[in-house]
Amino acid sequence: MTPPAPVAPTTGATDPVVSLEGVRYSVNGRAIFDGLDVGIERGKVTAIMGPSGTGKTTLLRLITGQIRASAGRIVVDGTDLGTLDNEGLYRLRRGMGMLFQNGALLTDLDVYENVAFPLREHTDLTEALISRIVLMKLHAVGLRGAVRLRPSELSGGMARRVALARSIVMDPKLLIYDEPFAGLDPIALGVVLRLIRDTNDALGLTSIVVSHDVHEISALADRAYLLSGGKVVAAGTPAALNADASPVVRQFMGGLPDGPVGFHYPAPDYATQLMSGEVPA
Amino acid sequence: MSDGLIKTALRKIGSVTLFTLKLIAVTPRALLRPRLIVEQVYNTGALSLTIIMLSGLFVGMVLGLQLFDILQRFGSSESLGATVGLAILKELGPVVTALLFAGRAGTSLTSEIGLMAATDQLAAMEMMAVDPIRRVCAPRFIGGVIAMPLLAAIFGMIGIFGGQLIGVGLMGVDSGQFWSQMQDHVAVKDVTEGIVKSFVFGIACSAIAVYEGYHAIPTAEGVGRATTRTVVTSSVAVLVIDYMLTAVLL
Repeated sequence: MTPPAPVAPTTGATDPVVSLEGVRYSVNGRAIFDGLDVGIERGKVTAIMGPSGTGKTTLLRLITGQIRASAGRIVVDGTDLGTLDNEGLYRLRRGMGMLFQNGALLTDLDVYENVAFPLREHTDLTEALISRIVLMKLHAVGLRGAVRLRPSELSGGMARRVALARSIVMDPKLLIYDEPFAGLDPIALGVVLRLIRDTNDALGLTSIVVSHDVHEISALADRAYLLSGGKVVAAGTPAALNADASPVVRQFMGGLPDGPVGFHYPAPDYATQLMSGEVPA
Repeated sequence: MSDGLIKTALRKIGSVTLFTLKLIAVTPRALLRPRLIVEQVYNTGALSLTIIMLSGLFVGMVLGLQLFDILQRFGSSESLGATVGLAILKELGPVVTALLFAGRAGTSLTSEIGLMAATDQLAAMEMMAVDPIRRVCAPRFIGGVIAMPLLAAIFGMIGIFGGQLIGVGLMGVDSGQFWSQMQDHVAVKDVTEGIVKSFVFGIACSAIAVYEGYHAIPTAEGVGRATTRTVVTSSVAVLVIDYMLTAVLL
């Protein structure tokens, strides 16, 4: 095992599990991130917020090594992702859990087999032990009674809870949530909110939650980063972000339709275009 | 224009070949989970049985009619058994089975894997440190490679039965002559040729189907296009490989 690399304290995080330093990532020549610095504190729930299209999910894919940064350094649990090959990445991911927006349950398996899937793939545990672990994890998310349901029979909230049970079944150190509140009714939303907090505290995890739901994040996160234009524009506790006076932060936290993040997609002059009636080919 | 087409075709062949090599490389590890492979033999093989048997019967019956008519012109209708047997075992059995396999099992493999990608199931596997090529693609590839020669054998058997049904039952060819001519003129080499062909077609069709599914653009339109590409590419590949194998094995 490689000894943990020293991490430069550029992000203000004193004990970071994940640290991004000067990360640059571009797609087709367009920079999504340019000089991004983020530190995820151990044992805390950290939120990554930002308007749609700012690259929040891309950030998660960088942290999990699904895509590689074109410049900068990403250190996860003391290991520089840039130094890892595929095998190394897979080894690192065994210590991570990720909850996808739609749950991403395997549709040909029932709830029980979905939760048991990582155990069957990575361990030689007996069936008796697997069944007990699966039942315990499903009990923790309140779905012990749903073991034999298929993913198509689950509501959105239930699917996300099953996915949560699956992502904690290997006892990860880092849990990542991609838009966990999207499309949930108020009850399911409350359940998921409580589960994220309880799971983090009870299991001593570090959680990263990507979301643009300001109210939910304010109630949940210990620390939040607000991304815009490929950079961190604000970082701190949700309360500090709510009190921030900068226009971008005020627009996002207040849900204002226009501001530094424009309502209109870049377009030619309105009057000129109406006069000419020209529609770009 | 034609330059671009050739380049695209060569790039595709190279890409599918590399992907097939990857599949073959993970095959030993995939074989450690025989249950997953048996499931895929069932999905690609057993579930294709009806269409294969029905097609085999009618192809054999048509051959019985056509060959009887042709052979009769040369006054050698008693050779019907041998010609039906040779045509089906050497050529029609493997080729028609492979084309039907691409249309039935290949499209199902492509759309299944493509939809798994579109619903983040493959990404979720990668995040659980499970290689989707080993866990999803390899069992489906191996299952197809096992199923294809079995389907071709069943197609051949039913096809010969169909030829006999028409030749002997309808056209009045002597049953003894039908079978003895087949026994005299169909050698083990001819059967082996059919088996080799169906095995190679199995590799080509399964690899193309899995490749197209794995590389499909993860949208409804992308998966639809990938499914179409599976049928087109597999069909062309089967016919081209058939010519090459025939030239080598004849």
